[in-house]
Amino acid sequence: MSLSATPTIPLAARIAGIGLIGPGLDDWTAARAVLAGEAALEPATTRIPAPDLLPPAERRRLGAVVKLAISVGLQAVRNAEADAAQLATVFASSGGDGANCHAICETLAGEDRLISPTRFHNSVNNAASGYWGIATRAMAASTTVSAFDGSTGAGLLESFALLADGNEPVLLVIYDHPYPAPLAATRPMPDAFGMALLLVPPAQGEGPLLTLSGFTDAAPDTLADPALEAMRREIPAARALPLLGRLARGEAGTVVIDYLDRLGLQLALTELAA
Amino acid sequence: MTPLFLSHYTATSCIGTGLAATRAMLAAGRSGLGHCDFETVTLDTWIGRVPAVEDVELPPALARYRARNNQLAWLGLQQDGFINAAHAAVARYGAQRVAVILGTSTSAILETEIAYRRRDPATGALPAEFDYRGTHNIHSVSEFVRAAIGAQGPAWVVSTACSSSAKVFAAAARLIATGLVDAAVVGGVDSLCLTTLYGFNSLELVAATPCRPYDPTRNGISIGEAAAYALLERAPAELPDDAVLLTGTGESSDAHHMSSPHPQGLGARLAMEGALRTAGLAPADIGYINLHGTGTPANDAAEGLAVNTLFGSGTPASSTKGATGHTLGAAGGLEAVFCALAFTDGLIPGSPGTDTVDPAIAIHYERTPRRAALHHVLTNSLGFGGTNCSLVFSRAGGASR
Repeated sequence: MSLSATPTIPLAARIAGIGLIGPGLDDWTAARAVLAGEAALEPATTRIPAPDLLPPAERRRLGAVVKLAISVGLQAVRNAEADAAQLATVFASSGGDGANCHAICETLAGEDRLISPTRFHNSVNNAASGYWGIATRAMAASTTVSAFDGSTGAGLLESFALLADGNEPVLLVIYDHPYPAPLAATRPMPDAFGMALLLVPPAQGEGPLLTLSGFTDAAPDTLADPALEAMRREIPAARALPLLGRLARGEAGTVVIDYLDRLGLQLALTELAA
Repeated sequence: MTPLFLSHYTATSCIGTGLAATRAMLAAGRSGLGHCDFETVTLDTWIGRVPAVEDVELPPALARYRARNNQLAWLGLQQDGFINAAHAAVARYGAQRVAVILGTSTSAILETEIAYRRRDPATGALPAEFDYRGTHNIHSVSEFVRAAIGAQGPAWVVSTACSSSAKVFAAAARLIATGLVDAAVVGGVDSLCLTTLYGFNSLELVAATPCRPYDPTRNGISIGEAAAYALLERAPAELPDDAVLLTGTGESSDAHHMSSPHPQGLGARLAMEGALRTAGLAPADIGYINLHGTGTPANDAAEGLAVNTLFGSGTPASSTKGATGHTLGAAGGLEAVFCALAFTDGLIPGSPGTDTVDPAIAIHYERTPRRAALHHVLTNSLGFGGTNCSLVFSRAGGASR
């Protein structure tokens, strides 16, 4: 496998915590069993919990997209027993809150164009990042990146670069939620999927070591299970499932993740615990 | 951080399509705002509209990206030879070695707003020609610009509301530092749409008059549109004295509220402190601060407090939003270019629309443009959701203290 570009500084992090919510996969514990082949994937619609961290008044304002992002981020932070208030964050999603966008566009197409203030402040693409900050009191840098179907790759690149720059932990949250009709016809997505990785500098923690080796034009890794492979292909936020599969099985090795045309990300997983 | 060279830059906003018109308007302290005549909007407000954006033709190969935001992106690319400089960088470094990282808040949502008016009455379906990926999707502008300049390196959009296109400078600097790329096209493109005009109106944050940053009678923003770009490269060993460098970046979160700033400006202060720290500078080194200064009572008060806490009341500062309006996701990029012009033209921009300065805000606010020799300047971009970014730019001839 040849690399078309390699970093000139080490881009490596320990995975201190993982969060996952997807169709039939309620959390990382459940997903790990499925990805390791110890349990079958039971077909089910993605169940998105209401994050317990925000006060009820604030929680009522949240769209499903933001609930997904916050819930999956909290899973990773709690799995690592980390302090969310201290973490820099990278949010990556292929689109914003489709349901909220639909409601705004419908209002704007009507006679009375009165948008509710809550609708408007939920319309920013960084709504998940904003509510995360309010919920966790985290004042560190937070960013929101998007690259259509390559959003997982963009999130990983930005996270590794941020971690190398600051030598501080970075929480990466990747999430996508289907759009309602009529937008759904133009951007079909079968269901919601979110994942989070708490990445810490190699010397600062324990856990598997993940290295970003560089760009490659090799084909992305796929999954043997047809249902999981469909999830990877059809939901951009699930593009890193082959990496999570290796983590679930405790298997060192390299993984190629879809980013942009002829620009896949090659990652290497080492130092997994027995 | 290792300073990066802004080898080329350009700006298009309501004060000028390209740098020549822009610098003339900045030097004259004039505003480009006009009463709202956009689309079917019936609000009594002022906007910063770029003339004839809707008439811009895209090359046939990029026709699927036709949308106001990408038309504005294309118009901006044509100015000051920027697209030629980007092509040259692609040729010099290799297509995969040039990244495209842009900021926008709404991308081309206008196309979706219009498509919703033209839904099939029976089925509710959007018109068949509606192209989600080419227009509405937030990444559409970075995909479009990447294709337009022939780059094949990493690309993404940062969308953190009004700090979007300041944060792209920080993201690009980090990416160049990894060694995966040699150069990056950064900047921001945001265009007028109904969502932001009616949305800010619902928050009672749009003014019925041209905005008046830091004026005691300020009562809201004027929404504008802009396309601004910079080509960032590693600084060569030898640079002319008037070359412009990115020397510091600072990012923070308010962790306070979705649509109002931390009342003490704590997030803004953290971002400014971060930018000074990475630049290796003290507050006294900064010769001019381009304020976020939107003209809402809460923003200006909080930012003013943060600036006073860190800089006292001696550092010249102004907001240029009375000239351009608040160009939202493009504001950081646009004001970064204004900072570059401040060095090359030796000019501190004024604040059209500001008649008197709020006596409750203890900073050195400049209402009218004035000549000054500058070595280091700082610009603030403070976004919805409490996402903040400050950047420090330095003149190569005065980069060390």
